[in-house]
Amino acid sequence: MRARNLLLHPAALCAILNLMVQSYRVRLDASFAALSDATRRGVLEQLGRCDASITTLAGKFHMTLTGMKKHVGILEQAGLVSTEKVGRVRTCKLGPHRLEEEKAWLERHQQLWESRFDELDKVVAKLKRKEKVNGRRKRE
Amino acid sequence: MDAGKESETTVKSRTTVERKSERELAVTRTINAPARIVYDAWTKPELFRQWWVTKSCGLTLVSCDLDVRVGGQYRLVFRHGDSQPMAFFGRYLEVIPPSRLVWTNEEGEDSGPVTTAIFEEKGGKTLVILHELYPTKESLDAAMASGEKSGMDETFEQLDELVSAHAR
Repeated sequence: MRARNLLLHPAALCAILNLMVQSYRVRLDASFAALSDATRRGVLEQLGRCDASITTLAGKFHMTLTGMKKHVGILEQAGLVSTEKVGRVRTCKLGPHRLEEEKAWLERHQQLWESRFDELDKVVAKLKRKEKVNGRRKRE
Repeated sequence: MDAGKESETTVKSRTTVERKSERELAVTRTINAPARIVYDAWTKPELFRQWWVTKSCGLTLVSCDLDVRVGGQYRLVFRHGDSQPMAFFGRYLEVIPPSRLVWTNEEGEDSGPVTTAIFEEKGGKTLVILHELYPTKESLDAAMASGEKSGMDETFEQLDELVSAHAR
């Protein structure tokens, strides 16, 4: 998956390497701790598919409610998951961190296309000049 | 050259990128040329290779084959420094000069997005609209997250270096 993304957006390579290292350093501690556990990574994967209650998650991962609450709490602190209590049910979904990532990704995508289109502008300007010159020659 | 003066200064934030739905992205930009010229730049390899890979990144386009007809293949090979070349390929699904191109992106292990490029000419300029339609919500999410992963990998590598340096 990762290889494909680089292929799809090859010129984004630099931007990814530069930007991501900077921003991740800052959040590394919390994310690192949160992602160091297989169950928590599983929970993130699960929430990537759809939102779920703590009870559902506990069931899926064969855990006690208390155990799952602890995992979700750690993910929540890292900003990877957000939770909302409606009535007696606490629903978990991917957190603000994830939205920031999406925003950052869209920005990088925008930069890639912006520079690509800037180059395209130069190419078409050359072609237009050429056409003009050729047109003049034909008329003469 | 009258084109230089007229518009360039007034246009701002010229390229927009938007997530249209759970599995679709849209990119738009107005290019200062008629659609037939933009279409040429998109379909003739000798022109295409001049702009598709932006130079700032140290990536080079080793080869570029575009068989622009319905069912025809394209294949782009890139190289970054001394690394292994990376191939990028797919098929054209729709070819309607000078207003529309649709192609697949097949380089992944499972099916990639389908890209639609629409060229709308207005007053000698062309609005380019690109739609990238991913097969599922998960595949677009994963594409977005994979940039994150590569950053993570490098961070971890640096952490590794740091830790092993300390251990010595």
